[in-house]
Amino acid sequence: MSVTKLGKFAVIGLSAAWLAGCSTTASDSDTSSMASEGSEAGTNTSDSTYAAGEDGSLSSVIMDDQAAAQQNADLLAGVATVFYFDFDKSIVRPEAREALAKHAQFLMDNPDARIVLEGHADERGTREYNMALGERRAKAIMRYLTIQGVPAAQIETVSFGEEVPVAFGHDASSWQLNRRVEVRYE
Amino acid sequence: MKKNILFALFVACMTIALPARAQLVIEITSGADQLLPIAVVPFGYSGTSPLPEDVAGIVESDLQRSGVFESIPRENMLSLPNSSQNVFYRDWRLLQADYVLVGGIENNGNGTFRISYELLNVLTQSRVGKREALDVKPSNFRDAAHFISDKIYEQLTGIRGAFSTRILYVTAEGDRAAPTYKLQVADADGHRPQVIVSSKEPILSPSWSRDGRNIAYVMFRNRRPSIFIQELATGKQQQLTQFRGLNGAPAWSPDGKKLALVLSKDNNPEIYTLDIATRRLERMTNHYSIDTEPTWEPDGQGIIFTSDRGGNPQIYRLDVRTKNVERVTFEGNSNTRARMTPDGRYLVTVQKNDGNYHVALQDMNTGRVQILTETYLDESPSIAPNGSMVMYATSDRGKGILSVVSVDGLVKYRLPSAQGDVREPAWSPYFK
Repeated sequence: MSVTKLGKFAVIGLSAAWLAGCSTTASDSDTSSMASEGSEAGTNTSDSTYAAGEDGSLSSVIMDDQAAAQQNADLLAGVATVFYFDFDKSIVRPEAREALAKHAQFLMDNPDARIVLEGHADERGTREYNMALGERRAKAIMRYLTIQGVPAAQIETVSFGEEVPVAFGHDASSWQLNRRVEVRYE
Repeated sequence: MKKNILFALFVACMTIALPARAQLVIEITSGADQLLPIAVVPFGYSGTSPLPEDVAGIVESDLQRSGVFESIPRENMLSLPNSSQNVFYRDWRLLQADYVLVGGIENNGNGTFRISYELLNVLTQSRVGKREALDVKPSNFRDAAHFISDKIYEQLTGIRGAFSTRILYVTAEGDRAAPTYKLQVADADGHRPQVIVSSKEPILSPSWSRDGRNIAYVMFRNRRPSIFIQELATGKQQQLTQFRGLNGAPAWSPDGKKLALVLSKDNNPEIYTLDIATRRLERMTNHYSIDTEPTWEPDGQGIIFTSDRGGNPQIYRLDVRTKNVERVTFEGNSNTRARMTPDGRYLVTVQKNDGNYHVALQDMNTGRVQILTETYLDESPSIAPNGSMVMYATSDRGKGILSVVSVDGLVKYRLPSAQGDVREPAWSPYFK
């Protein structure tokens, strides 16, 4: 009991250290191969309510799986789905760890569940650079999840750059809300 | 008399209708000292049917915006001649005009009008070139005016005019939390906007092919980005890429055969080229950092791009043949999204200094850097095909607008829009 608990903390601590190391000068030897070429994107979605995820209050949306999903959804009730970042940074903050661990556990318990990590940037900086930055943030969250054992095949990363803000001011508090990754269950 | 009132009413209706069409309006915000004074006299017209446009007025505002000319206000003119025969040069010397443009419009009666004009040198009291004439349909009056502006600009500066060119830009309109994104094309002066694509998902990074017939852009579908190309005349659209991850920043090669673009399908953002006919993809960069925002050198031998491989984002040059990479920018905290003048002499970038983003111009021969703009969050610089002006996106009271600055930094004007956020201008090449 205490051993497994200890083990878990060790993993979290390790992954945090690894992430921190990664984000400085990026020795990017990422093992989660994302080399899936091509165009299967968006085949199993029945969605497209565009407002979803844009008001910042989005809680996990589970559309397809019925009965089991309902039970599982309860496990994620109240768990954060939006994670914030520092300016020009893609380091997962310590306060994100608990919620991410719950998402990781859920994904491992439900191998059919799929998530999209949607990365965003604030309005400063150029648009395509911000697309890259949003992706880097989504990948940082993905790495955090895969290190805890979630198969990479369950996770997709997409970046919206600065194109879909949730706060519309031109100040530090709006920028902070916009520098985020949203977890969206497909 | 009655006709005049009707005409006035007609004009009034036209004017009132303008804001609803969300046209861009020119405002000169600063100017240079050494401007060439020119008087553009209202063109004579003795016909009875109303004219669709004030041709001389369009020419005047074109020249005014070029950063080379200063126009003599109409209300100061002592006479309104419409041909060289009734010009009294003394009148124009008094107004300190160096040049006078006079012209006339006649109804040909077959649905077309003849617009003729002469450019006169006040100092030598002689005509520059011949009296020229154009036969145009009412719907082409603006084109005729821009054509005349191009001719005059070239005659007096030796540089080809860019008034007949167009711009692409993206607008976001409506509810800020769920806007409608529109890719639009308009004349370079912001008039005659047309929506090319409209979507509830983001559209970004519009770019022109070198012949001006095709465009490329990024559009999201089902919450994922794809690169599209589209033929402007027919509207025919093709989805070119739909890889996992980034599909961004398309840039047409000078020979029109390839796109440089950004994909992260192999894990992090890299520059690729895509042969449009064969769909062959070639990876051009190989680095764990962000590589993005490619643009071609005018001769097609190099690709200029943004990379943060040195710690901060800076501009690098990639040799297309050898794939060797060398750093190009060194000043400022960062430099991103570069564009090059058509002669390859200057590079414009978005330079960050002390948290501010401005458009910077770097002389590729001397390395000298000049900051061209001073507004808030300046981005997306795009250069006119004659290399004289840079259009860019900025923000005014929380709203995205387009502005233009001359390459020497002396003349600035803005194109505020009546509707929504305007962003990402892309200045067209010449249309042969």
